[in-house]
Amino acid sequence: MVPFNLLVAACLAYVCLLFVVAFWADGAARRGQVRWLRSPLVYTLSLSIYCTAWTFYGAVGYAARSGLEFATIYLGPTLVLIGWWWLLRKLVRIGRMQRVTSIADLISSRFGKSNLLGVIVTAICVVAATPYIALQLQSVTLSFNVFAGPLPTGWGLPDRGATVLWVAGGLALFTILFGTRNLDANERHEGIVTAIALEAVVKLVALVAVGVFTVWGVAGGVADILDRIADSPIADWQMAPGRWTGLMFLAGAAVLTLPRMFQVMVVENSDERHLATASWAFPLYLLLMSLFVVPIAVVGLAVLPAGSNPDLFVLTLPLAQQQGALAMLAFLGGFSSATSMVIVEAIALATMVSNHVVLPLWLRLRRRQQQEAGQGMVVTGDLRGLVLLSRRLSIAGVLALGYAYYSVSGGSGALAAIGLISFVGVAQILPAMLGGLFWRGATRAGAAAGLVAGFAVWLYALFLPSFGSGNLMPEALMQAGPWGIAWLRPQALFGLEGLDPLLHAAFWSLALNAGLFCAVSLVTFPAPMERLQGLAFVNVFEQAGPARGWTRGGAEAEDLLAMAQGVIGAEEAQDFFQAQAAAQGKAGFLPDTTPDFFAALERRLAGSVGAATAHAMIAQFAAGAAVSVQDLMAVASEAQQILEYSTQLEAKSEELARTARALSEANDKLRALSVQKDAFLSQISHELRTPMTSIRAFSEILMEGGLEPPDLARYAGIIHDEAIRLTRLLDDLLDLSVLENGRVRLSVRPANLHDLIDRALRAAGSTRADRSFTIHRDAAAEHMPVFTDADRLVQVFINVISNARKYCDAARPELTIRTRRRDSRIEVDFIDNGSGIPAAAQALIFEKFARLTDQTRAGGAGLGLAICREIMENLGGAITYLPGQGGAAFRVSLPARPVVPPSRGAEADAGAAPA
Amino acid sequence: MPQSQRPLFLARRSYRRRRMMDAARLLPVFGALALMLPILWRAPGAAGGRSTATGTVYVFVVWALLIGLAFVLARRLRPAIGDEADPPEPAGPTLRGD
Repeated sequence: MVPFNLLVAACLAYVCLLFVVAFWADGAARRGQVRWLRSPLVYTLSLSIYCTAWTFYGAVGYAARSGLEFATIYLGPTLVLIGWWWLLRKLVRIGRMQRVTSIADLISSRFGKSNLLGVIVTAICVVAATPYIALQLQSVTLSFNVFAGPLPTGWGLPDRGATVLWVAGGLALFTILFGTRNLDANERHEGIVTAIALEAVVKLVALVAVGVFTVWGVAGGVADILDRIADSPIADWQMAPGRWTGLMFLAGAAVLTLPRMFQVMVVENSDERHLATASWAFPLYLLLMSLFVVPIAVVGLAVLPAGSNPDLFVLTLPLAQQQGALAMLAFLGGFSSATSMVIVEAIALATMVSNHVVLPLWLRLRRRQQQEAGQGMVVTGDLRGLVLLSRRLSIAGVLALGYAYYSVSGGSGALAAIGLISFVGVAQILPAMLGGLFWRGATRAGAAAGLVAGFAVWLYALFLPSFGSGNLMPEALMQAGPWGIAWLRPQALFGLEGLDPLLHAAFWSLALNAGLFCAVSLVTFPAPMERLQGLAFVNVFEQAGPARGWTRGGAEAEDLLAMAQGVIGAEEAQDFFQAQAAAQGKAGFLPDTTPDFFAALERRLAGSVGAATAHAMIAQFAAGAAVSVQDLMAVASEAQQILEYSTQLEAKSEELARTARALSEANDKLRALSVQKDAFLSQISHELRTPMTSIRAFSEILMEGGLEPPDLARYAGIIHDEAIRLTRLLDDLLDLSVLENGRVRLSVRPANLHDLIDRALRAAGSTRADRSFTIHRDAAAEHMPVFTDADRLVQVFINVISNARKYCDAARPELTIRTRRRDSRIEVDFIDNGSGIPAAAQALIFEKFARLTDQTRAGGAGLGLAICREIMENLGGAITYLPGQGGAAFRVSLPARPVVPPSRGAEADAGAAPA
Repeated sequence: MPQSQRPLFLARRSYRRRRMMDAARLLPVFGALALMLPILWRAPGAAGGRSTATGTVYVFVVWALLIGLAFVLARRLRPAIGDEADPPEPAGPTLRGD
């Protein structure tokens, strides 16, 4: 048996240790050594304030009474945590972006920084937390009583009430000392969080130690425990599907909406990545806490005398086995659970009360005073003292409420039942929270309606009856309903009888809450601020910064600085103003009061006093500058215009790119043509000069005289031949010029294509007559009438065939001639089996003097294909190079019916580039 | 003109990461289904009913399994948050091993 004095001494020593740790952590944080303090491990451990004394003592009692059902309280949070990517990540991001100080602040900020919602949520949280805090006080008191034993020892058995009072007072003191040192909730309470993490380790170690002792010390190992479970009363436990599902849901909701969970999970979060670790580590912590619950319950039921309170098995089992030290550890574990929960809960609630109740009231009061005094400008004094005082009083008040609940409810009832009442209470915040996070259409009116309805039903159907029948609610009311209206009975609303009271209350409150929230949201129209905030919350991952709530500045920066100093302290405010001025490129402490500056200042203040209060404070200075529907529309249409403008720009730039491509092609063509023109001139000079030279040389010989007649005749013959060659060249040029100018006269008459090809082959046979060509023809296909200038067409054919004869470099040259009629056109293909024309040259062969191979070998002027092209155009047809035929291939196509040759003059006027 | 700047198709690495995000979203759904399963079991007394001991083992095994899967997903997804989260304080060497 542990002496009571020793127990008290241990408690005091433990509290002192917490003080030291918290002091050390605060100091380390001030010195900037925050890396270790802000590690994912500390974050995860701090989340463990979910496990309160209710878990530590109550879970075993719960298991002894309702078997496995206790696990739902930890399975719900497990599901929420492993689904972190979906919900918690968004919540934490919003918390950081909006500098949210509490869950009431979150709801108020989301719905247009409405203080009304802040007050409602604060009220729900305070009322719902009261039984929970009472539960902690009760469990600590119960555990003290276990050690106090039936007989007074040491300095006497303090009576139960006095113990509770001492515990409550001590907790309030500790919380006030550490919880209200920093004003900015976003600056995080390193000291508290580290102390909480330490307490998390203590309670885990204590519970696991008791569990290990139970399984391997009292029972005979795992197999024995499983046998004992099968033999114990717990084996008869029948699962109630409704409670199993419902409690899991409620626990999942509670981990999101309990003020203290929100405080450690969102407000105290320093790095989103910690969530990734917590997503598995916190469920693991819960698993370890739950692992030994059933064994302890089973062994406790078997070993301890009948009638023992199962809520205290964790303590009484080691005591009964004469394990004083283990019992002491278990006691400290339970003490840890209770203290950590009360501390954080009290801080969270105090922040809410001071930010959403005290400060707005004070602001309103001041404004009225100043209006009465006739002062125009609102001057705010030092708010820090007020805020801190209100928080300290709130902490004391919250603990006092818990004490009162404990006293009134008589400290009776199982721990689990009390805790669940709180869960249903805070779950009322869930619809507004989820709706606000994922639905832009959720409105302030909807949230307010849902919250109030849910809160009212919860009060009526669960909270008030929890004091015991006849305490706060008359017996008659419970049995017959108010004024005898049966369907309003607190535990059988709308005639839903026979249901578990907890599920009954949870169902009706949440159904009415969510239903009203959705319905009212659907029919109301949100204010501009709500819509701005709704966008900022729902699309938190998509936008760079929070939306602006101010349309113009204009207030005196000096006044703002004075006000900010009152809220966040002189040094901090000056630093902030200086940084903002520097960001604007100004020196000194007074930045321009731009809308952006207003927004930044508001966010900074919101970190201290909550969004709604900060907004109201800024509004004093920027009266009329708050954003309006017109501004929203303007922003939207501005964005729309930008979008349209950029679409136009894009279209224009595409068009420009197209034009540029066309220009560049034309330019290339022009450059090539210019090169060609130069080449043409030099070629023509060259072509004219060669025969001229020989004519001149031979005529000089003739002039000298004294030649034999045969030589004379030979030289005259050469001169004649060269003159003919010159004439032919000039004829060609003339011909080309005539063709190009469209002044050619065509004599169109019917002819047989076969005959024309025959003529062409015969005529071209003289070109390099030494080469024997194999000609492939399809005579049957060739017999078709053509209406064209036959001589001109034959000229084209001859040119193409003699080209083939000249240039085909195959060892056994072949020429294939194919004719066919396609639609209204006749096509004649000439395909040889040579190496063809390289792709790069294909575009140029139809130009004048384009010759691909050495001139001497070719022996022509290079005008042939150019003339062919001009002829074919005059005939209304075309000659094209046909790539990919296994050799050089030309296609001559011409209309089957006679056509009026296009007016070349008109075409030239239009300036079309030759194709 | 595309409606948004987000690419339609992703490289293998980002694609994997997206699927990990999907898995992280699905995990609680599967977890809830697995933990709801016991409500379909018959009562311990009835024929074919499972005992509380079996139920306890089942719940804890599912629980451990979920934690394991969450651990794997968290490791894979941590870099994805790192990309968009604020960079940590620049001062001092990194003490964390991960």
